[in-house]
Amino acid sequence: MRVIDPRSRYSRRTFLKGAASAAPAAAIAAGTGLSITDAWAEDGQALTAPQLKTLVKMARDVYPHDFIGDVYYITAIKPWDKKAAGDAAVKAMLVDGVKRLDSDAHDRFKTTYVDVPWEVDRVTLLQGIEHTDFFGKIRADLVVSLYNQHELWPKFGYEGSSAEYGGYINRGFNDIDWLPKV
Amino acid sequence: MAQFDLNDDSLVVIVGSGAGGGTLGNELAQKGIKTVILEAGSRNETSDFVNDEWESFAQLAWTDMRTTSGSWRVARDFANLPAWIVKSVGGSTVHWAGASLRFEPHEFQIKSTYGGLDGANLLDWPITRAELDPWYEKAEHKMGVTRTNGIPGLPGNNNFKVMEAGARKLGYKEVHTGRMAINSQPRDGRGSCQQIGFCFQGCKSGAKWSTLVSEIPKGEATGNLEVRPDSHVLKIEHDQTGKVTGVVYVDGEGKTQRQKARVVAVAGNSIESPRLLLNSASSMYPDGLANSSGQVGRNYLRHMTGSVYGIFEKPVHMYRGTTMAGIIRDEAVHDPKRGFMGGYEMETISLGIPFMAAFLNPGAWGRTFTASMEAYPRMAGMWLIGEDMPQETNRITLDPVAKDKHGMPVASVHYDDHPNDVAMRDHAYRQGAAIYQAVGATVTLPTTPYPSTHNMGTNRMSEKPRDGVLNKFGQTHDIKNLFVSDGSQFTSGAACNPTLTIVSLAIRQADHIATRMQSRDI
Ligand SMILES: Cc1cc2nc3c(=O)[nH]c(=O)nc-3n(C[C@H](O)[C@H](O)[C@H](O)COP(=O)(O)OP(=O)(O)OC[C@H]3O[C@@H](n4cnc5c(N)ncnc54)[C@H](O)[C@@H]3O)c2cc1C
Ligand code: SF4
Repeated sequence: MRVIDPRSRYSRRTFLKGAASAAPAAAIAAGTGLSITDAWAEDGQALTAPQLKTLVKMARDVYPHDFIGDVYYITAIKPWDKKAAGDAAVKAMLVDGVKRLDSDAHDRFKTTYVDVPWEVDRVTLLQGIEHTDFFGKIRADLVVSLYNQHELWPKFGYEGSSAEYGGYINRGFNDIDWLPKV
Repeated sequence: MAQFDLNDDSLVVIVGSGAGGGTLGNELAQKGIKTVILEAGSRNETSDFVNDEWESFAQLAWTDMRTTSGSWRVARDFANLPAWIVKSVGGSTVHWAGASLRFEPHEFQIKSTYGGLDGANLLDWPITRAELDPWYEKAEHKMGVTRTNGIPGLPGNNNFKVMEAGARKLGYKEVHTGRMAINSQPRDGRGSCQQIGFCFQGCKSGAKWSTLVSEIPKGEATGNLEVRPDSHVLKIEHDQTGKVTGVVYVDGEGKTQRQKARVVAVAGNSIESPRLLLNSASSMYPDGLANSSGQVGRNYLRHMTGSVYGIFEKPVHMYRGTTMAGIIRDEAVHDPKRGFMGGYEMETISLGIPFMAAFLNPGAWGRTFTASMEAYPRMAGMWLIGEDMPQETNRITLDPVAKDKHGMPVASVHYDDHPNDVAMRDHAYRQGAAIYQAVGATVTLPTTPYPSTHNMGTNRMSEKPRDGVLNKFGQTHDIKNLFVSDGSQFTSGAACNPTLTIVSLAIRQADHIATRMQSRDI
């Protein structure tokens, strides 16, 4: 069977529209394996660096994929900073949401959300806010802004657009070789 | 290409260019009848399509606001997206997968066959399978359906091979690559399927039949058909005698226009068609046009539906190749011993990573969800599609508050599963899982229904005017020059995909309209 090379290859249409503004940062980081800390040494337009880091940590805890770097979560979260800069209600929702997470983390684990060491413990905190508008909006946005990043697709074994390669008629549409004979 | 005058009152005006409207338009044009199709969406051609799920969705899907209520999970997860249908020239045939099956004879007579069923509003169609068979033949020929007219079946892709192997192990007999309106060999000026795998995003090779690539250009070539894109119809008008006289629509520039008509045929899909009839209420027709029965908008059908994905130890790459060329038909029988009326089909399906993330288990998060996503290349998928029971309370109404950008009240879609639907879905989930387990699935995922792709029943045909909206030709019982030409005509939904039946009915309706026009009856 023709299997897929999971290494990213840069495609023409890089990122989804919503995340497009964040593409350069992520593009650079993708090549160098930057982490949350390096990418956000400074504050964003509307949110502080610690707030942004909390959101990125939260993003990874919501959709944890251990084989992908922080850069993809950063790309997915970054548009929120811009939205917050243009909309006071969005900013308040994010600031309050992060504050709530940190205060829950302090109550239960005596530290901030990002510093709670185990994922299962952070997940307990997320479950505590699962029904808030904050969590709902972040998750609903993330399911698109994360999984719609074209660079990620090969890592998930998905090949994306195929028409320009002539479809799969000569590229393994029926190459399965392990099924029992019937 | 024809261009008709707004004041030309000799025209047939069709609202919507999808399976029903596009086919009717071409059929009338071939008979020399001057016809205008008003289509709310833009004209996107084959070369405009993109192999990218969200980008294509933004290009083609109907994303104008709708509202929802009822016990179906779609109302919770996708409150403003009850249905996945197209707003573009060609309608939902641009998105469709091509599965083209005839109803079984008993599926035209569900009241007689299933008897009474609490909470259901069963009715026999005013036509039989035998009456429709000659029209089914014409439709299959027109659409180039594989396994009919000597056209070979499509080759099976990996996803099909997995489903087929499991089905055989379970002893299922009627398993093949489907009856598909997709060219397995060049035909009708279009090439053969390149196994691109984006059938839901508009076929970039033109192998798949749609009204966009087939009916509409053929109709336009006669000089009798004009298709006006970006034309959203708001209201159908009538005179003092009660006959319809034309429609009011908003054009691409946002200007309100009035197109006169001799005959109006509504084909806006089963959500928009009743919305338009209801929104056309007048002092003469206070409950909306053609609604003396009170059935306009009721008996909304969307099929039982659900999916099963199986995860295997080794790769499948289900997304490669034709999305839905694979079917198991053994459960599509009426066998009440299984604990429900009617039956269901199992058909291959695949989504890309973006849609899989959104639809696998809407709202889910955490490691259970991401573990499934990481198994993507090792997944096989099937769609379950069965007959859902008509219920009067499952209905389309005008939302009392929300309005679209033209100020027209939006459609509100209410749907509750009938206990029969639930029992059937449970059975189908079990059988689907067993099929994949039979060939080594380590995990199976019984996946919740997606927003409706099959929308039917909201202006149903009936023998007696008090039971439904239309007679057996899709002509409204109340107004003789007003027709309905889309899936909303269905008296019941059957176990199979609807489009072949919509197209067959449209061909038949064109004959009827032509005859009645000739006899000056309309
Ligand atoms: C992803 C997907 C896969 C599918 N696969 C299959 C399959 O394999 N087999 C099958 O049989 N069916 C399939 N279907 C269903 C099939 O596409 C529909 O059943 C069929 O197209 C419905 O035909 P219709 O004429 O009722 O409406 P549509 O084809 O939806 O056409 C309605 C048209 O009317 C226009 N319109 C609506 N309101 C107005 C207005 N007020 N003014 C002007 N224009 C208006 C709309 O924009 C639209 O273009 C699939 C659907 C989807 C979405
Ligand atoms: S798989 Fe075949 S029918 Fe589907 S989009 Fe590709 S060429 Fe068209």
